[in-house]
Amino acid sequence: MKTLEELKAIRERMQSQVSMRAEDHNHTRVVVGMATCGIASGARPVLTKLSGLVQERNLTDKISVTQTGCIGLCQYEPIVEVMEPGKPKVTYIKMTPDKAEEVLERHLIGGHVVEEYTLSAADIK
Amino acid sequence: MYRSHVLVCGGTGCTSSGSQQIMETLKAEIEKQGLTEEVSVVQTGCHGLCALGPIMIIYPDATFYSMVKVEDIPEIVAEHLLKGRVVTRLLYNETVTPAGNVKALIDTDFYKKQHRIALRNCGIINPEVIEEYIGTGGYEALGKVLTEMTPDDVIQCLLDSGLRGRGGGGFPTGLKWKLAKQNDADQKYVCCNADEGDPGAFMDRSVLEGDPHAVLEAMAIAGYAIGASQGYIYVRAEYPIAVQRLKIAIEQAREMELLGNNIFGSDFSFDIDLRLGAGAFVCGEETALMTSIEGNRGEPRPRPPFPAQKGLFGKPTILNNVETYANIPQIILHGPEWFASMGTEKSKGTKVFALGGKIHNTGLVEIPMGTTLREVIEEIGGGIPGGKKFKAAQTGGPSGGCIPAEHFDIPIDYDNLIAIGSMMGSGGLIVMDEDDCMVDIAKFFLEFTVEESCGKCTPCRVGTKRMLEILTKITKGQATMEDLDKLEELCYYIKENSLCGLGQTAPNPVLSTLRYFRDEYEAHIKEKRCPAGVCKALLSYRIDPDKCRGCTLCARNCPNNAISGTVRNPHVIDQDKCIKCGACMEKCKFGAIYKK
Repeated sequence: MKTLEELKAIRERMQSQVSMRAEDHNHTRVVVGMATCGIASGARPVLTKLSGLVQERNLTDKISVTQTGCIGLCQYEPIVEVMEPGKPKVTYIKMTPDKAEEVLERHLIGGHVVEEYTLSAADIK
Repeated sequence: MYRSHVLVCGGTGCTSSGSQQIMETLKAEIEKQGLTEEVSVVQTGCHGLCALGPIMIIYPDATFYSMVKVEDIPEIVAEHLLKGRVVTRLLYNETVTPAGNVKALIDTDFYKKQHRIALRNCGIINPEVIEEYIGTGGYEALGKVLTEMTPDDVIQCLLDSGLRGRGGGGFPTGLKWKLAKQNDADQKYVCCNADEGDPGAFMDRSVLEGDPHAVLEAMAIAGYAIGASQGYIYVRAEYPIAVQRLKIAIEQAREMELLGNNIFGSDFSFDIDLRLGAGAFVCGEETALMTSIEGNRGEPRPRPPFPAQKGLFGKPTILNNVETYANIPQIILHGPEWFASMGTEKSKGTKVFALGGKIHNTGLVEIPMGTTLREVIEEIGGGIPGGKKFKAAQTGGPSGGCIPAEHFDIPIDYDNLIAIGSMMGSGGLIVMDEDDCMVDIAKFFLEFTVEESCGKCTPCRVGTKRMLEILTKITKGQATMEDLDKLEELCYYIKENSLCGLGQTAPNPVLSTLRYFRDEYEAHIKEKRCPAGVCKALLSYRIDPDKCRGCTLCARNCPNNAISGTVRNPHVIDQDKCIKCGACMEKCKFGAIYKK
């Protein structure tokens, strides 16, 4: 190790890995439904995509991506719920890896809910 | 990119309850489910809750599973890692609210009052991967010191922080470094005392096992500050996991040139070697430790000269404890004001304690100085099992003393503990309840000192033996009040005249129990009675004829056939035959057997 820059480079590479292991009340929680229904309709690539993106962009200290079981709306799977501290929960339905990336860009980073993908936008009778 | 990290504790506590096997099964099961690319398994150091081991924490959701068995692994992988369903029956019960919701680990009683500086990475990072340490800001303090600070700046920073030695003495660390820097020499040394020997203490072991690089980094900083190029870690060979992780850490640091020549392109070169101790308690004493590193029999030598003047191989040397070092990189990074903002007026920062004895959460805790004993025992420690009454807490091991219930609300810091006749010590905290006999406790520690006395000076070698003899007489009910006076006199004599810290502090367990529990000593002597019912020679087991139903269970379980009686008639214990093992009392379903 001859320079501080070398050390910094390793730190940046590892930071997202290690900070995933922090616990914080201010974390935004992104939860992917991974019950049988979710997995069958393709939740796993959505989960890995979201988790990967959050780490690539060094957001693990603010956002944690986890799974949950069936929430009872199987026909709308894959479902992704976004829970930001102090804000109402937003439920995204019929997600794909591409849509997930859009949610990350526009909602989690940009701060604007992607209305067209949400459960409230869907026509539930 | 892994979406989930499964942390399995690889500290000594969890390893002995089978965490290695759990890790292997876990890896195999993850592969079976095709999750190898998504889930990473990380072996960490101690999380602190050793009583609940083996421990597993799954991130990012921070699910805390306790007492995990190999059979549970397939379920954890299939349910939690694949489907995201928490395996509720394995959750640490403190993380489940009465309503059945899972709450964060940091909100549990055990963790919420803790403040982790020395232990900040323990249980979080993989201690065998240097990159993980760097990922949490590791070696940045060393980088900062070498590129931005002069040795005097470093020493001033430590002086301002108020950091005092965590090995027990409480000597200001900055001052120690300053003295060593002032002494010119062609070679100086930086030593780390990892010869943790107090019964029940395992703070240093946990730091070395969970975050070895923090110690290496701090030692290099120390080397820069005092002008040394060589460091030694003296660690006991009974800590095989700590030794192994240190070896790996030193190797990795050398490979990355964080140890070696011209670190960070500066003129500063520093290397560290390990020296294994054979486990003699006296080698935790600084002069004996250095004598041992030099290759001689571990015996203390008189001070002065102090190590800062003439230490290892006759050269100026600083010797700090593991936990002291673990604090230093954080002080450099966050500044002395940050550190000094925690704690009490004269004791800054935090202290790690190993909780043991009659307490619910046996394990490792790090609390800000000034936390009260009540908070540590009742809140963090979860109280005393079985609804028993708190009697005293023992701190400082064989050199320390006990803190009785009347001082339950005293803020823990160096000076307060000394004022009440105990000491901070390295951090062992043994909780005792109404069933513990204080004379017996004092005797236990004296047995330890007698065994561990190196024999170089007479007060310690002979004096402690005489003390133990008197204590044994007391516990057998054969002592007189004159013996008690003689015991006390011996205490002061040994304290004043012993060569090193071992002898000078050896009488402390007796003095402090005498101070607070003299009535127990007197009960043993005058009434031939052990109030706690521990000292075997002074108690007898008896059967209450009114309660005994004559079930014969006790008679069948007595190893010495001391109990006689016929079915459905009260039984009797033959006091001549009874060996006072207590097996009958344990077995009796009617509470008919009592100690007298």
